[in-house]
Amino acid sequence: MKPTSKGAGISPAHIGEILQKYSWSKDALVAVLHDVQKAAGCLSEEALAEIASGLDIPISKVYGVATFYTLFSVKPKGEYIIRVCENAPCHVLGAKAIVGALEKELGISMGNTTPDGKFTLEYTSCLGVCGVAPAIMINDAVYGNLTPERVPVILKEYK
Amino acid sequence: MEFYRSHVLVCGGTPCVLAGCKGVRDALIAEVKRRGLDKEVKVVETGCLGPCDLGPVIVVYPEGTLYEKVKVGDVPAIVEEHLLKGRVVARLVGQGRQAEVVKYEEPTYLGVQERIVLRNCGIIDPESIEEYIARDGYRALAKCLTEMKPEDVLEAVKKSGLIGRGGAAFPTGLKWSFTARAKADQKYILCNADEGEPGTFKDRLILEGDPHSILEGMAISGYAVGADKGFIYVRGEYGLSIERLGKAIEQAKALGLLGSNIFGSGFSFDVEIRKGAGAYVCGEETALIESMEGGRGEPRTKPPYPGTEGLFRKPTVVNNVETLANVPPILLNGPDWFRKFGTEKCPGTKVFTLCGDINNKGLIEVPMGITLRRVIYDIGGGIPGGRDFKMAQTGGTSGGCLPKEFLDVPMDYFTLPEKGSALGSGALLIMDDSHCIVDIAECFMRFFEHESCGKCTPCREGTARLHEIVAKIARGEGQPEDLELLGELGSAMQASSLCGLGQAAPLPIMTMLRYFRDEFEAHINDKLCPTGTCGL
Repeated sequence: MKPTSKGAGISPAHIGEILQKYSWSKDALVAVLHDVQKAAGCLSEEALAEIASGLDIPISKVYGVATFYTLFSVKPKGEYIIRVCENAPCHVLGAKAIVGALEKELGISMGNTTPDGKFTLEYTSCLGVCGVAPAIMINDAVYGNLTPERVPVILKEYK
Repeated sequence: MEFYRSHVLVCGGTPCVLAGCKGVRDALIAEVKRRGLDKEVKVVETGCLGPCDLGPVIVVYPEGTLYEKVKVGDVPAIVEEHLLKGRVVARLVGQGRQAEVVKYEEPTYLGVQERIVLRNCGIIDPESIEEYIARDGYRALAKCLTEMKPEDVLEAVKKSGLIGRGGAAFPTGLKWSFTARAKADQKYILCNADEGEPGTFKDRLILEGDPHSILEGMAISGYAVGADKGFIYVRGEYGLSIERLGKAIEQAKALGLLGSNIFGSGFSFDVEIRKGAGAYVCGEETALIESMEGGRGEPRTKPPYPGTEGLFRKPTVVNNVETLANVPPILLNGPDWFRKFGTEKCPGTKVFTLCGDINNKGLIEVPMGITLRRVIYDIGGGIPGGRDFKMAQTGGTSGGCLPKEFLDVPMDYFTLPEKGSALGSGALLIMDDSHCIVDIAECFMRFFEHESCGKCTPCREGTARLHEIVAKIARGEGQPEDLELLGELGSAMQASSLCGLGQAAPLPIMTMLRYFRDEFEAHINDKLCPTGTCGL
C-alpha cells in the first residue's frame, strides 16, 4: 500500500473504514468525501485514488465530484478556513468592508492562505443567516452582524 | 407529567445562537435554580421566534412577554422582577417592535402574521417529540393512516390548492398524483432542504424549530403516493438543522411514528438524511438527485420528470421543506380551512425572510397575497436611517427587482411574474436609495457566474458574459449598445437554458433594465453614478 502524502494525513486503512461505514456504496460518494476531508483536512490525489479503487469508479469521476462542490478542497488549506459571504444581502450591508478588514488583518488577499498555514480566506455561497448580515463562517462557527471593527476582535480568538 | 407556572422560551435558532443565546439559557437555568424556582419555572430552548436581528430573544409565558437583546447580565433582573415579583422588565421590551404583554394564544408581536408553517416555531422545544405531539403533532398522520385511503389524502391536498413553496410554484397535489399513478416496485419522497438562494433562511429555521413537522409531512406524502422511503437532502452548511433532524428521526422511530407498520396500519416509512457539499444548483430537483446518487450536481434533461423517474430512476416526489410543513395542518383541518388563508389561486400563507435595509430583519409568515408595503412598513418597521425605499428584490437573487410603484402589488405566485419578478423562495431583499443599480447588478451576476454548473452552454457562457458586460459598465467602460446586448442575451438564456438556474439568472438584470434604465445610461453615457456610491 502506498503511503499517503504529508498533506493528506489519512491512511488507506482509515479510508477503508469510511467506505465500510457506507457499505462500499457508489451512491455515498459525497458522504465519503465529507468524512475523508474531515479526517484528512483535504482530499489529496492519493486519497481520491484510494476512494476510486475502493468503490470501483474511475478516479476522473471522483475528482470531478470533489472539485464540483465548494465545501471540498483538493489542496491543503489553513487550519482555520474563513468563509466570507459577499452575496447580495451581505453586500448591501457592507460585506466589502469586512473583506477589506480581513485582508488587512491577515495580510493576504481573498483565495489565499497565510504563510504560517493558519488561515485561509475565501468566498462562500450564501450562509443562510441573512437576518444578521454581513456574516462569515470560521470552520464551523458562524459570525453575524459584523463590522470592520469586530474583525480583529474575532480573529484574536483564533490567533 | 410536571406542571410549571411559568415557561421561559429561549430562541435557539442559528441567528440567536450567534448572538449568544446559549449563555443566556444557561444563566437562566442557573439563576432559576439559585432562587429555588426550578419546580415552578421551566426554561426551554425553542426554534426561531422571528426577529433574528434582535437576538437573543426570549418569551416568558403565560404572559407572552417578548424580551429582546437579552444579555447574561440581564438574567438576574428578569428572574427577580418578572419571575419572582411578576413585574415586566420594561427596558428589555419592544426596543424595535411594539411588543406588549400579550396573551398566550395570540402574541401581538406577530402583528398581521398568520402561522401555519411556523405554528410550533418558538413555541415548542424542537428536540422534544412529546411537545410536538402535545400540539397535535402526528395526529394528521394518524388520521390519514387510520381513517383515510391514500387517494383521499391525495384528493385533500389537491383540493387545498397547495402550491410548492420552493420557487417553481408547481401544484403539490398534482405533483404527488404523477408518482401515485406510476407503477414501480420502489418510490421515494425527497425533501429538498438544499436552501441556497441568497437571502433565504426559512427552511433552515423551520428545520431547526420544528423538525417533526417535516417528518410527518413526508410520511403523509409517502402514504398518499405509495412510497416507504424518504430522504432529506440538507445543505452541508446547516449543522444545527442536520443535528435536530437526526434527533427527531430517532425519537419518531423509538415511538413507532416512523419505521414499520405505523399505527398498526401496515404502512411503513423510513427517513434518512443526506448532506450537501456546497452547490447552489443542487436546489434544482434533478441536480439534487444526481448529487444524492454520488455525482456532480448537474441537472438532467426533463422529461422524464422525477415524479415518474427520479432518484435511482424510481418515481420520486421532490418537495420543499415549507411545502411539507403545510401538509399535516391541511390534513388535520381540511382543505376548506386552508383555503381561508391567502388568495383564491394561491391559498395559504408564505414564509418570508426579510433582509437588507429594513429595520426588523428576520422570519415572518403572512397570508399569501400580502403587499410589499405592508411587509416593509407594518411588519418590517420601515427603512433604517430615515432613507427612502429604492427597490425590493423578491424571491432571492434569482428574482426581479421592483421599484416603489409596485409596493401595493399583491405578492403571490401569479401576480409577481406579471411584473417581471417572482415570489420564488420568499426572500425579500430591501434596498434603500443609497445603492447603485450597477453595483448591485454586478453582485448578482458574479453570483450566477460562480454558481452555473457548466453543463449547458446558454447558462455557462451566458452568466459569464452577463457578468462581464455589467462589470464593464461598472468600471465606466460601457458602450450604449451594451444594454441591448444584455437584454438579448438574457432573453436567449431564458429561452434555452437547461434548468431554472440559467432561466432565472437574467431576471434581476431584465427588471433592472426595465425599471432603472436611466441609471445604467448615466454610467455609460455620462460615466457618472447618480447615487454617487459605486465609486464611478
